[in-house]
This record gives sequence, structure tokens and C-alpha cells, in this order.
Amino acid sequence: MKNIVIIGNGISGITAARHIRKFSDHHIQVISAESEYFFSRTALMYVYMGHMNWKHLLPYENDFWRKNDINLVHDRVKTVKPEVKKVLLDKGEPIAYDDLIIATGSKPNKFGWPGQELKGVRGLYSKQDLEALEYYVPNKKVCKRAVIVGGGLIGIELAEMLRSRDIPVTMLVRESNFWNNVLPDEEAKMLNEHIREHHIDLRLERNLDSIIDDGNGKVKAIKVKETSEVIGCDYVGLTPGVSPNVSFLKDSDIEINKGVVVNRYLETNIDHVYAIGDCAEQKKPIGNRPPIEAVWYTGRMMGEVVAQTICGNKTAYNPGNWFNSAKFLDIEYQTYGWVFNQPQNGDDDFYWKHPDENICIHIHYERSSRKFKGINTFGFRLRHEVMDKWLNEERSVDFVIDHIDEANFDPEFYEDPTKAIKKAFYKKHSNKAAV
Amino acid sequence: MSLDRNLSLTGEAPRKLNHQQKLSTAVGILGLIILLLASFNVQLQPRWMFLTLALSAIAGGIIWFAKASYSGIPKGIKNDGAFLKPMTSRGVVAYATGIGLTGFYIILYFFPELIGLNENGANTGLIALFDPLSQFLANRPASQWFVYGTLYTIAILFFGIKFMWKYRHNRYQRLRTFSVSFFQLGFAFIIPELMARLNSKDFSLPYYDLKNIWPLNYYNFQQYRVDSMIEAGDVGLGLLIFGVVSIFIITPILTFKYGKRWYCSWVCGCGGLAETAGDPYRHLSDKSTRAWKIERWLVHGVVVFVTLMTTAVIYSYLGTDTSKYWLTKSSFLLGVAGILSLIFAWVMIFKRERIQKDAKYAAIGFFVLIIGLMGLHFISSTDQLFLLSAGDLQKSYGFLIGSIFSGVVGTGFYPILGNRVWCRFGCPMAAILGFQQKLFSRFRISTNGGQCISCGNCSTYCEMGIDVRAYAQKGQNIVRSSCVGCGICSAVCPRGVLKLENDKVKGRINPKDVLLGNDVNLMEYVNSKIKNF
Repeated sequence: MKNIVIIGNGISGITAARHIRKFSDHHIQVISAESEYFFSRTALMYVYMGHMNWKHLLPYENDFWRKNDINLVHDRVKTVKPEVKKVLLDKGEPIAYDDLIIATGSKPNKFGWPGQELKGVRGLYSKQDLEALEYYVPNKKVCKRAVIVGGGLIGIELAEMLRSRDIPVTMLVRESNFWNNVLPDEEAKMLNEHIREHHIDLRLERNLDSIIDDGNGKVKAIKVKETSEVIGCDYVGLTPGVSPNVSFLKDSDIEINKGVVVNRYLETNIDHVYAIGDCAEQKKPIGNRPPIEAVWYTGRMMGEVVAQTICGNKTAYNPGNWFNSAKFLDIEYQTYGWVFNQPQNGDDDFYWKHPDENICIHIHYERSSRKFKGINTFGFRLRHEVMDKWLNEERSVDFVIDHIDEANFDPEFYEDPTKAIKKAFYKKHSNKAAV
Repeated sequence: MSLDRNLSLTGEAPRKLNHQQKLSTAVGILGLIILLLASFNVQLQPRWMFLTLALSAIAGGIIWFAKASYSGIPKGIKNDGAFLKPMTSRGVVAYATGIGLTGFYIILYFFPELIGLNENGANTGLIALFDPLSQFLANRPASQWFVYGTLYTIAILFFGIKFMWKYRHNRYQRLRTFSVSFFQLGFAFIIPELMARLNSKDFSLPYYDLKNIWPLNYYNFQQYRVDSMIEAGDVGLGLLIFGVVSIFIITPILTFKYGKRWYCSWVCGCGGLAETAGDPYRHLSDKSTRAWKIERWLVHGVVVFVTLMTTAVIYSYLGTDTSKYWLTKSSFLLGVAGILSLIFAWVMIFKRERIQKDAKYAAIGFFVLIIGLMGLHFISSTDQLFLLSAGDLQKSYGFLIGSIFSGVVGTGFYPILGNRVWCRFGCPMAAILGFQQKLFSRFRISTNGGQCISCGNCSTYCEMGIDVRAYAQKGQNIVRSSCVGCGICSAVCPRGVLKLENDKVKGRINPKDVLLGNDVNLMEYVNSKIKNF
């Protein structure tokens, strides 16, 4: 029996703990300063919007942890001393470990803007960020306007949250269309429109210059870099991405670049110390994946893998086909395989959009071999298992279109877009139409 | 945790009611005030005019409120502020509504004379206000049940329109709501009233809502009903046979093909009210495992109760002489014992592994109890089956289950306990359909590979208190007896993870431990290992 210590109770750390418990009777301790119990970070927005209460964010009942002998420690880790195999805490006694898993996730990016430490300037990542939001932005009387800096997945969630309380929102987005660094123009432009339909003041190709103090250490306004326009606001949401939350390790011997550097086995440079989830940085990127993957799913997958290694079945992190999903206000998004904002060299694309609704798909494929590379869908749900299988089987784009109805995961009785998709594809590729 | 309180106390409703919502609420309340004045015997003449005014105000108020809430904004999920508005998060106004509804049910069931019922003369008060409509439809004065039926139908129809507006992007929800509205208006309201028109001195049918199947319709096989159906010739006999066929043949076939949703959220009147008027309260259901445990004992206890009661009632009016009528006390009891033994044996032999340990013990216990009590009949000479008289059993069932549970608690407590309290904890029909749904059906809610983010919308908005997320985050399909297939979990899921579907029975249950997305070898390795646990 080993002493396993896990720093961080997010999806990565908790998945690791659950799987270690399943395969062993090791002593498990999970340390978190953020919250007493594991909660779903992706659902923070729904508490502010009143769709759920805090307790609904907890995926396991509170006695689950005691029943499964997973010990929760509500404390902050000051630093790690690998030379004596100990973790030092703010309040509690040092904890000794045999194996240590670092799963401390991310923190919101701040790019050295003047005024970024003012009151009322926050990211949206942690439970404490949610509390701050409730404090600074309870309603439109207290907060006359909010400015969101950064147009990614968290930015749009924050905008949706604020709009649910009728708060005027201005959004500064660096790209020429929303999330255009990831999405192709067509989808990004559709989202521009949808965002404006929700009365969000979307400013494209605009960057933050500085945040202005009201004289009492609180935000009063922001200044836009390109236009020097000053926009009065009571809250600034900083959502230009996240970076690994690893500064507490800087004095330890654990190798840090942007994140904790790990090999394919999620091992750090120090024996018996592992890192998983958002805070881990692959020494060599895997395929098209970035070295740091700050995604719920990859955090979970790394947790599953590291548990195997710790329980004696040494396993490499070997993710399958890329997939992801999100929801932009009312529009659901799924992606399987790789679709970039421009087709890669030698690739072609096929785009179809419903004439009236916010429903569209975008496929990338190799021009010469016609090999299917990936698909984006908006407002149309696909079956993960089917898409994964086709990607594994290296199917052609023609096959995928011919069988797209088999992957339809929309609720029963929904208007079926697959016929129109096929028609549009065959029209475009009439010379290659094959059924 | 103090934070919980902070977040829910300081959290503010997104938009307080806008002007139109306030005005439309006032119009609806005006309609209710007319009904209230009538209850206090204020003379409102002509009655048909005030009745029309009251019902139109209620219906119009609801539609206007729906328009003020959902029109002119993009379609999509509309749950903003559900836990911040007092009406939908157990605020004072919710308790007041609950008490009001509960009081209404108590008067309706136990003191109908307070709202003007007079069986020996002209009605007065509220019931008299409904006389013109009852005369028009059924050619007879109104009763408290007619008043209730009318209000119930209006609630389903107009809150149904509100619901369809709210979910206008979701065709499953729209069709389902159209269906329950249709069955309520046609089968529960208009057809039985028109049937009453046909009644004369030598031809009389009991009130029969064809979609209301035993055991939900626990009084269907009572003596007065069976007698009058048999006396009414072929039509009556047809109805009687339909009553038996619907529970033993139609129900199992449809539940096998579509799950119990075909009934609970597409046809049933109780489900209809829960899904329309009760929709704003669906998130209040208790999701704890403790509640699940209470649910299993309570709802199956009611099934045993209704089986015993119905058996005793039918037994009490059957004869003993085979030459007079083919069905006698003894042959009936043997028949019931035979059916129960067959079901019990089938489950224990073929479906053993699908039921939990405590359910197994309970099943054995119930089975022994029922068969034992029936056995008493053959060894003792008492005329009372099950030690109690059939009349007492029937009365206590009607009081405890039929009135208190399904009405006073089941509907009166919507704003406090959620909208499916009766369906989940009390309805014997739901329990029987659920039993079959779990063991013998093509229906399941499929989980979409590894896409779940454990956000909890599905569990929160499950009116039956199923912890949907617990399955979805394991990549496991949801096969639960209590699921009524309302489809809201699938609707509120932000990542497209859930789909209600009917498919092959094989592969319906799919335990997984490592989810799609990871190394294929690891998935196979871990999942096969977990299976052997």
C-alpha cells in the first residue's frame, strides 16, 4: 500500500483518485484550497444564471468520498519538497507521499495590462471568481456595464451569464470574427450574428489598452487600444485564455516550462511525481495537439492513464481522435477530428448551412486521397462513437456524407438535415457522386 | 457551507417580471377571483357569461404571460433564474400557492358542499357557475368533478401552449405536449361527457376515460361499474374488455417498443398536468439516493396495495356457483395467483441479475404475502379475503392513495416538492410500466461517448429525481424504471450527450469505465477488468 497524494480536486485529480481506488487499496489524499468537494467547473456559469444551485454542481454525493476512502484535504499547497517526498501546506502539517500527482489546473491569463489588478477585474475560472462576480455584478443597478476581454469559450459563457441578468456587455475580440483563430470564417461569422442577436456589443479586431482606476482601487472604465475609446464599466472579465497554475512549484526541483514538463507517461523529471490535466505540458506535442491541453476531456483521460501507471500497469498517455464540444449562447457545437480555421495544405473543405436556422457542418478532407480529416457541427448533434470509428477507419469524405444519417444524434422528431447535406455535397461533387 | 447560502440568497432574478408578465398575471388572477366570488355564493348572473369570462381570463392570462416571456427572444433553453425567482425556488409565494392548491384539493375531495354541491337540489356557488357548461355538454347539472375536470383541462391546454412556446426549438417536446393536450381534451373531458348524454333509464355507462388504465384507475373494476357495463350490452362489455386488455396486452406491447413514456408523458392526464402546469417546478425534485430508496419502497408498496384491494373487491362480488357465471371466487383467485406466480418466476429465472438485492428480497416478501393471504381463503371459511373487508380496503385506498397522495400531495405540493411527486412515489401504473421498462423494453437514453462534462443540468431538470449525470459521466446508457421519457435531460444538455431512443435490446446496458477518447487498448483493458469485478 502506497501513500498517494493528489494536488487539485478538479476533473483530472478526481478521475485519477477514483481509478486508483478502483484498482488498489492505496491510501489516497486529495488536496484543494479552492473547494471542499469536487465540482464541475464547466457548470459554474449555471449557478450565476440561476439554472442550478451550488450543490447541483457536485457530481458525487458528499459521503461518496468517505465511502470510497478518498481523503479530502481542504488546504493550500505552499510548495513541494521532492527531496524529502513531502508537500507543505498553508495551515496543516506537511503531508508525506510515495507518489505525487500534480493536477492544479489553470489560471486566467493576464498580459500585463495597466490596471489588471484593480477590484472588479477578474477572470472566470474558479469558485472564487464566481463569488467575486456575484459580489461585483449582482444586477444592472450595481454594474451599469461589463467589458469582456477575449473572445473564446469562457468569454462567451461570461457574456451569456451577464446577459441573463440584463447587464449591458461589451466584448473586445482580437480576431476579425469570433473565435476565428480556431473556427473557419463561415462559422465564426454566424456566431458574430448570434452574439449580436443577444444584444451583446461585440467589438471585433479590438484589444485592451488599459484599465482605468476610479480613484479607490476599483475599475471605472477601460481604454481600447485601436481607437483610444474609453468605455465606462463596473466590471472587467479577463478571458484571453488560461495558462498552467504552477507558480507554487517554482522553487522546487520539478521541471517547469509553461506547465509541468512531462513525458508520455505523464512523469515529471523527478521519480514518483506526475502531472496531469491543464497544468501538464508534453515535452513533445502529440500529433496536432498543443503541448498543453486545457480541456475537460483530456484532463479526464490523463487521470485515467496515470491511475493505471500508479497501480502497476505502466501506461502511456495515448489520446485517440480529437473531439470537443461547447455551446455558444443557444448554439451547440461539436467537433471530431481536425478542422482548422483554414484547410491545411493539400486539404479541401465542404461547408453546408441550413437556409434559415443556425445549423451547419464543416468538413475538412485530403484533396487527393479524399480522406476525411474532421468535422465541425453547429446545431446538429453527432454520435461520438460513430465519428470516432470512421476516423479510425480512415474513411473517405464520400463515405462520411453517404452515411451521415447513421451518425445523427439529434433528439427524435427533429428536422433531419442529412438529406439536405447529401444533396448539397453531391451537387458540388457531381462528378464523384457515389452511393 | 456558508457559500451556498450566499450564492442563492444574494443571487438576483435575471429580469424581475416585466410589465406584460405582471399584467397577464393580473388577468389570470382576475379569472380566479371570479371563481372565488362564486364559491362565496356571490350571485353572478348570467352564469354562462361569468363562467366564460372567468375561464377566458385564466386562459388568456396564461397565453399572454407565455408571449411576454418567450416571444421576441432567440429560441433555446429558458431556465434563467429558475433558482432565483421565489415562485420556482420555494419562496414565500411558492408556499402560498402550494397551500392554496392543497386547500382546493381538500375541499374538492372531502367538502364539496362548501363549493356548492347539492345532490338533492340545485347546485349553488362555484359548482352552479359551471352548470351551463355541463348542461351544454352532458345535459346534466355540474358536479365537483366536472368543475375539476374543466379546470384541469384548461390548465393542460393553456400551460401546454406556454410549454410549447418555451420549447419551440424542440419538436419532441412540442409533439409530446400536443399529444397530452389531445388526450386530455378528447378522452378525459369531451368523450366521457358526451357518453353521459347517451345515458337513459335503460342504458347507462359509467364515466369512462379510456386512457385511464387500471391500476391508475383503481376503481375501474368496482361492482357498480362492472354491473353497469355488463348491463349496457355490447358497448359496455366492449369497454370492460378494453379495460382488461389495455393493462394486460396493449400496455406491455407499447412499453416494450417505446418505454413507459408512451403513457407517462404522451397520454396520461396526471403526466399531462405535471408536464405543463407543473413544468416550472421540475428542478425541485429530490435527487439524493435516499429519496430514490424511499421511492422504490413507496411506489411498489402502492402496487401491492392496489393489487390486494382490487382482488378483494372483485372477489367480494363474484359468486361461488359455476353454473350461474363462469368466473367464481375460487377460479378468480386461482387465476390471480397464477398470473402473479408466472411474473414472479419469469423475473427470478430470467432477470435475476437485473434487479438489486433489496428489490429481490422485497419481491419475494410481497409474493409470499399475497399468495399466503390468498391461501387463507382456501383453508379458512371466512368470507373476508385478506382479513379486512373489501369495502374497508377500497375506502382506505381511495382515501390514502386516490385522494391524499395523488391529489393533495401530488399536485398541491408541485411548488415545493416538484411536479412528479405522485408519478414517482405513488403511481402504481408508473411502477408497473417502469418494472417492465427496466426489464423488457427497447427504450433507453443513450449517452454520447465521452462528451459529458458533468455539468449537472440533466440531473437538475429531471423531474423524476434521476441522477442522469451519474450515468452520463460514466458513458453509460440510462435504463431506469422511473424514467418517464420527458426528454428534458436531452434538451438541457449543453453538449449533445443524451438521446432518447428505441433500439435493439442487446447493448442497452453498457457499463464503461474508461470513456471514449482515450487509448483504445486502455479502454478495452479497463472496461473488461471492471466487468469482472
